[in-house]
Amino acid sequence: MSLLGDRQQLAYIAAQAADARVNVELETEGMTLNIGPQHPATHGTLRIIARLDGEQVLWADPMCGYMHRGYEKLTEVRSYPQVTALVNRIDWLGSFANEVPFILAAEKLMGVEAPSRAQHIRTILFELSRIANVTLFLGDLGVQLGAVTPVFFAFRDREYVLNLIEGATGGRFHPNFDRIGGLKDDLPAGFVDETRIVMKKLRGFCDQIEDLLFGNEIFQSRTRGIGVIPKDVALQYGMSGANLRASGVDWDLRRDQKLPLAYDKVDFKVITHPDGDSFARCWVRLQEVRESTRIVDQLLETIPTGPIMAKVPKIIKVPEGEAWVSTENPLGEMGYYVVSQGDMGPFRVKIRSASFNNISITPWLLKGVYVPDIITILASLYFILGDIDR
Amino acid sequence: MSSTTDTPTETPRDDMRDAEIARVCAALGSSVVDSLVKSNDDMWIRVTADAWRSTGETLKTLGYTYFGFISAIDWLPSPYGRGEDDPTAPPVERSTVVKQGYAGGDTRFQVIARLVQPFTTLGINIKVDVDDSLMAIDSWSQVFAGANWHERETHEMFGIGFNGHPDLRNMYLPTDFEGHPMRKDFPLLARMVKPWPGIVDVEPLPGDDSEEEGDAS
Repeated sequence: MSLLGDRQQLAYIAAQAADARVNVELETEGMTLNIGPQHPATHGTLRIIARLDGEQVLWADPMCGYMHRGYEKLTEVRSYPQVTALVNRIDWLGSFANEVPFILAAEKLMGVEAPSRAQHIRTILFELSRIANVTLFLGDLGVQLGAVTPVFFAFRDREYVLNLIEGATGGRFHPNFDRIGGLKDDLPAGFVDETRIVMKKLRGFCDQIEDLLFGNEIFQSRTRGIGVIPKDVALQYGMSGANLRASGVDWDLRRDQKLPLAYDKVDFKVITHPDGDSFARCWVRLQEVRESTRIVDQLLETIPTGPIMAKVPKIIKVPEGEAWVSTENPLGEMGYYVVSQGDMGPFRVKIRSASFNNISITPWLLKGVYVPDIITILASLYFILGDIDR
Repeated sequence: MSSTTDTPTETPRDDMRDAEIARVCAALGSSVVDSLVKSNDDMWIRVTADAWRSTGETLKTLGYTYFGFISAIDWLPSPYGRGEDDPTAPPVERSTVVKQGYAGGDTRFQVIARLVQPFTTLGINIKVDVDDSLMAIDSWSQVFAGANWHERETHEMFGIGFNGHPDLRNMYLPTDFEGHPMRKDFPLLARMVKPWPGIVDVEPLPGDDSEEEGDAS
């Protein structure tokens, strides 16, 4: 632990020194490099303007807004059940996970709690969307660093998970399956057996990726010690999810927060890594996929019987009040601050998405790094454009 | 809704949050205008605008080191309702009474921030009134680095200024965009042109023709 801590510190000092060197020693002519908005490293249309001195970044500034869809404004003209269709499209790789915190916030305001079977199935689908999301990250990671093979494995194996989600909800990418008070439907026949098989396949995929990528010397040398985020900085910027845990913060909302989801019924590890560098962030995500498959396996054993909908009025009016609910989404902490004034639709919804906070650290983090590392760092921070811009 | 006494009698007492809010209020002293604890749910405080920045600093020393978000709420009821009006009909009269939520308020705009104590997930929502004539409060960007982008977003969406912010550029909108889209009196133009048919949608439940409330399928 102390050894790794020292290394982290050294990397941090090295970054600072590099920063200072750029400012005093080198007197080369500067250059402005524009990355994006169409760049494979950005999962969408993030544009980064980097001011370079030689190969080093003096400052970098991400420009968001190419995909701003104004969901916060749109929620104000929709009814509560309709909002789930919008929020599905925030993090489009793990759509179901976006619905859950909003529905939980509405349920909290209404004083409704979903039946235990619904909570259980919600948790299963939540973890499945995490697996689908992070699987693609693991494949995509290779592409960013010049290894094309893993992405094919990732797309192949994500398909199994998407098939499961489609089988249960009817939607591959946008399930829109969560309802206030429960779920739209019960699980289809054969879902449990099929899921068990897929989870086994996914664990195989994790082993494969670990062999292909994480053991690879080039991958290691390009990610180790690159983009180190110390613990206190990560907290200040409000980073969350695997990015925070990779900086050694042992904090997972699935475990640490009481919510009407089935996480208290399963036994799982929260993965942390003391380094805080790009490698740590990728490694934590890989382990979390493994852990998620175990969570799903355990949940499949114990699905309770019973209804999937609580008694809710047909026309949903949410009583006056304010509620905050956040969950541990694939990208990090995603929360909704819902203000209701007793109407059919919310009065104001603040969507606190994980990527927005995770990416807001880039101007600080990219200072002093070399150009190829920009791509590595962005890839390891892992963001979805829809999750930044909303 | 806005007073501390408004807790239903049947909810269990939440000693942890009660003690926590007492600790916070004691540390912040006279800058706290109002506070509210929802048992086993969340905490709200409202502070004076002068003390906004020092509140952030104090809370940081009290252990609230995790930055959640900063945003604002426009409490004016929307003059356009929910966009359900027929554009050819004469405009509908709507209430313009500004009614604030938890922990009260005196102004139309309020800035809300959330800070969390890491590891306990004990969070606190901090509200502050924004004076209509000033439309600015102090910036938190020197206190929490993550506040930088959130304040930029709040500035462009609500037109609230943040004194001491290094760079209040637009986050999402073009530089020459006029107006502040998240204000309630900013019309959602698509809805102004044609009312959206989905506004009256109630999803029919399979095999359920009765009008009675509830569905226990």
